[in-house]
Amino acid sequence: MDSRTYIGRVRGLGSAKHGGEHWLKQRLTAIGNILLTTWLVVSLLLMPNFDQATLAQWLAQPTVAVPMILMIVNIFSHARLGLQVVIEDYVHDEGLKFGAMALLNFYVVASAVFGIFVVAKLAFTGASA
Amino acid sequence: MKDAEIMAKNPNRPLSPHLQVYRWSPQMAISIFHRATGFILATVGMITLLWWLSAIGGGAESYATFQKYVVSAGDSATGFETAVNWFFRLLGLAVTFSFFQHLASGIRHLVLDIGAGYELKANRTWASAAFIAAFFATAFVVLFVASRFLGV
Repeated sequence: MDSRTYIGRVRGLGSAKHGGEHWLKQRLTAIGNILLTTWLVVSLLLMPNFDQATLAQWLAQPTVAVPMILMIVNIFSHARLGLQVVIEDYVHDEGLKFGAMALLNFYVVASAVFGIFVVAKLAFTGASA
Repeated sequence: MKDAEIMAKNPNRPLSPHLQVYRWSPQMAISIFHRATGFILATVGMITLLWWLSAIGGGAESYATFQKYVVSAGDSATGFETAVNWFFRLLGLAVTFSFFQHLASGIRHLVLDIGAGYELKANRTWASAAFIAAFFATAFVVLFVASRFLGV
């Protein structure tokens, strides 16, 4: 047992210096999402047609594959941060919270890797008909 | 026993006023809409994005399947296929509105983060403006899709 007072236990330890990290990451990925999704929406509006061949050739270009991969990473990071807060706000049982958080991480990481792989495969091996 | 445990055992204790006693305002609505639309985008929206990308990568046949479900089941579709198509169209509409609503209220959040827009009138105006912008942007996309894909 620690016989010191509550204030005595924390005094002098300082902050962890990570207090604003989650908040700041959420804003930075938000700004990234504004830029990247605007690029996607404008690209779609300017698309000559929506045949699979046209889209595959479009997606295989480096100038499209790179922003698409960036968008996937950015969107899934932002979603992870956002859903984390939703879980923290509504799931109060510690065990359920741990499980929900683990599922969330599996979901976003697996989805992002899947999306990156799809785009990279098209870009590296060319568009299949 | 801790105070919290004692209180939890007495269901008749008075509760503090909660959602039901307030008159809904655009500022309140936009707050919960931001969370709800974010949730829709993170689930239905992101899975649809991955489905679309992998359908493009999968070739003409897999893209045709994606189009059959999400865009149009075609003239020779059965009643069930048409119903499934309409279900996905409704999801698409929800995702489209969620995207623009989350974008508009997200930009509003970034403005609030720099300390601007807290005056009652301005706050209310921009909350309403975000809803209106999302509504018109969604309507534009619906018209775009209808004219480009459905020959309306």
